Amino acid sequence: MLNQIGNYSLYIALLSSILIIIQSPILLNRTNVNISGKIFSLISIQSLMIIISFIALIAAFITSDFSNETVYNNSHTTKPFFYKVSGTWGNHEGSLLLWLLVLTIFLFIFTITSKNLSSKYRILTLFFQEIIILGFLLFILFTSNPFTNLFPIPNEGTGLNPILQDPALAIHPPILYLGYVGTSIIFSSSLGALISGSVNKTWAKHIKNWVLISWIFLSIGILLGSIWAYYELGWGGFWFWDPVENVSLMPWFCLTALFHTILILEKREIFHSWAVILSITTFSLSMSGTFLVRSGILNSIHTFANDPSRGVFILCFLFILITLSIFIYFFYQNKIKNNSVKTYLVSKETAVLMNNLFMMFFLSVVLIGTVYPIFLEVVNNDKISVGPPFYHKLIVPFMIPFLFFMAIGPNLKWIKDKITKINSQQLLFFIISIIICYIFLKKIEVSYLLSLPLFIASFFLFLVTIKDFSIKKTNLSQKISHFGFSLFILSVLVNGVLAKEYSSNMKVGDERKFLNKIIKFESLKTNEGKNYQSLEANFKITDKNNSINLKPEIRVYDQPQTITSEADIESTLFSDNFLVFNILKNDGFYNVRYQIKPFMIWIWISVILISFGGILSIVKKND
Amino acid sequence: MIKNIKLIALVFLVILSFFTLLKGLNKTNNYSPDLNSSKIDFNFKAKFLYSNEETTLNELVDDKDFTIINIWASWCLPCRDEHPFLLNLNSSNKLNIIGINYKDNEINAKKFIKELGNPYSKIIVDPSGVNSIELGAYGVPETILINNKSRTILKKYIGPLDDQKFAELKMLIKNEN
Repeated sequence: MLNQIGNYSLYIALLSSILIIIQSPILLNRTNVNISGKIFSLISIQSLMIIISFIALIAAFITSDFSNETVYNNSHTTKPFFYKVSGTWGNHEGSLLLWLLVLTIFLFIFTITSKNLSSKYRILTLFFQEIIILGFLLFILFTSNPFTNLFPIPNEGTGLNPILQDPALAIHPPILYLGYVGTSIIFSSSLGALISGSVNKTWAKHIKNWVLISWIFLSIGILLGSIWAYYELGWGGFWFWDPVENVSLMPWFCLTALFHTILILEKREIFHSWAVILSITTFSLSMSGTFLVRSGILNSIHTFANDPSRGVFILCFLFILITLSIFIYFFYQNKIKNNSVKTYLVSKETAVLMNNLFMMFFLSVVLIGTVYPIFLEVVNNDKISVGPPFYHKLIVPFMIPFLFFMAIGPNLKWIKDKITKINSQQLLFFIISIIICYIFLKKIEVSYLLSLPLFIASFFLFLVTIKDFSIKKTNLSQKISHFGFSLFILSVLVNGVLAKEYSSNMKVGDERKFLNKIIKFESLKTNEGKNYQSLEANFKITDKNNSINLKPEIRVYDQPQTITSEADIESTLFSDNFLVFNILKNDGFYNVRYQIKPFMIWIWISVILISFGGILSIVKKND
Repeated sequence: MIKNIKLIALVFLVILSFFTLLKGLNKTNNYSPDLNSSKIDFNFKAKFLYSNEETTLNELVDDKDFTIINIWASWCLPCRDEHPFLLNLNSSNKLNIIGINYKDNEINAKKFIKELGNPYSKIIVDPSGVNSIELGAYGVPETILINNKSRTILKKYIGPLDDQKFAELKMLIKNEN
């Protein structure tokens, strides 16, 4: 039953999509363009149908309807309710349906919120967005249909991969998708604005909200994925430069650059072409992300199924969109107004341009690091792996000037400012940073050449962003985001230099000394979870003043059979104690890894602050 | 003119990356074990535990009806638990049990066999663990039941054998004729 409902609603949505695509050019040629009528109802029907099909899939998961192949492959009757629901998008088919759902809902929201803009622009945006929707609908219906029937109906499903059974991961994909899909609206609307010749202040003002929304969701999505990796994968880090992580970071860089450019476009009517190029790039990167993750071209925990026909479809679709947008850009480029506004070297415009330059640099580093191994393997059959050292070596030196510009830039005035304004206060901050960082690094005996300037730059930025809160004029959201960013960099750096790790093989009753702490393996017991059995260890970590108990687990899930290690983490304001253990060596011995991670919680808090700045900016504007 | 060159260059770049990625798609980049595959690589090469000769799985799978491949290690506790089951299975004349000693120390492995008995007709070693992963192994212990005639995997057990799995294994061997 549910399968049929889902299937038919998808076909109706497909039909509406085709109708809209046919109708739009006809409407465009009329003198009196209006979308309130037929097209609007088609969009509403489409959104409704996709919502219905998504609900049908959720219902199939909740009721464990194993006549549905997707449910059979990814669910199990004993799974907790929460994971039955999140299982809906924890697989290839369901996650694509979610993409589509967000795509149509966003389009619907766009249509009702853009009423005061030119109809030509709206219809063109609709047209491009529908092309994307059509592509996804075809992809879902013909290569990855979530409503495939199974007959005879199996009694039991095969279960959801246990490492995906985690609250952070249950909401991580939807949030990330909201970010990805938001960029599609930016893409369509920039093409629409380009063709209708309305890349201007009004467009910038309108699209700014969408840029912000995508950016916020993307930031939070990345954060959730990172938190999950931290405590579920048990490697004790939060960012591994894994290709799949990079793929979400690239659109983030692009969106950040775009947001700053849009601000200038709104205020000063310059950088029109650049804003359009960035919009197109952002979406292309989001789509490439989907391609790289879903096609199985990358080897990663995120790849669900390796069906080559799917990869080929997304690849073709992606490149059709990219080529289409390139041609549109080149043919309509001259429609963009060429304001020859005079700009000066010392101005806010330059500062934003600097931000853009650095963002593009970071983007290229990550892009090369992610894509180059794939290309090399195809061309040369060489397998190389690009790891953290590559990124660190290329990014870290450029972080230093970037952070300085970030400290100075936001306080510059529009159009023209005087260099002499770099005042005594900032100089004072700079000297304080030098002294504090020098003492700090001396004390912990880090003698890496780049560390000192890097620490100075980030501490300087930190001080400046704190001080900025005292200035009344500038907007609060920017201050919060920039402060969040400085806090982020500082926490990452401190975490990097102060993190300590200890690893040893221990059996029950063993004691190990590490720094000034004593790690004692006190006991081991077995527990029964809802769909797993677990081995819970109890470690006592004592130092001079106090002691803490850490209880990591090894879980053996039965459906499908998998063993996972659950780290136990004790978080305090200043430091995290992270402990994970694995079955390994000879009788009764376990491999124990204990890590002290300073300022871990501040990394999470700072990213939340960065995103909060964005949220505040949207809320404030609507007042 | 310059505009055209830019356009052509860009489109060329796009097409180039398209075909590179397309080609990349056909390469398998996945090293994780394929759980659902019913095929097994019979050209799997390894050395024996008790001699230095090299052999392939092909040579080891003989004329009996079934082969059980058991991946084990002396350091693996559950392997000890499942050992009696393997010893029990060894009495069946329909099948041969081949042991793959996974990431182990030779002395410890031999001690383990001496202590608990040898259910295996042959034991091969995989000190690096790479070969076993290519075979589709997920971890130790793991037991793979192979039909010698069709040369396919009938059943794969991840984790130690227990009463239930043992009964199922016996049923499979009994019924598959």
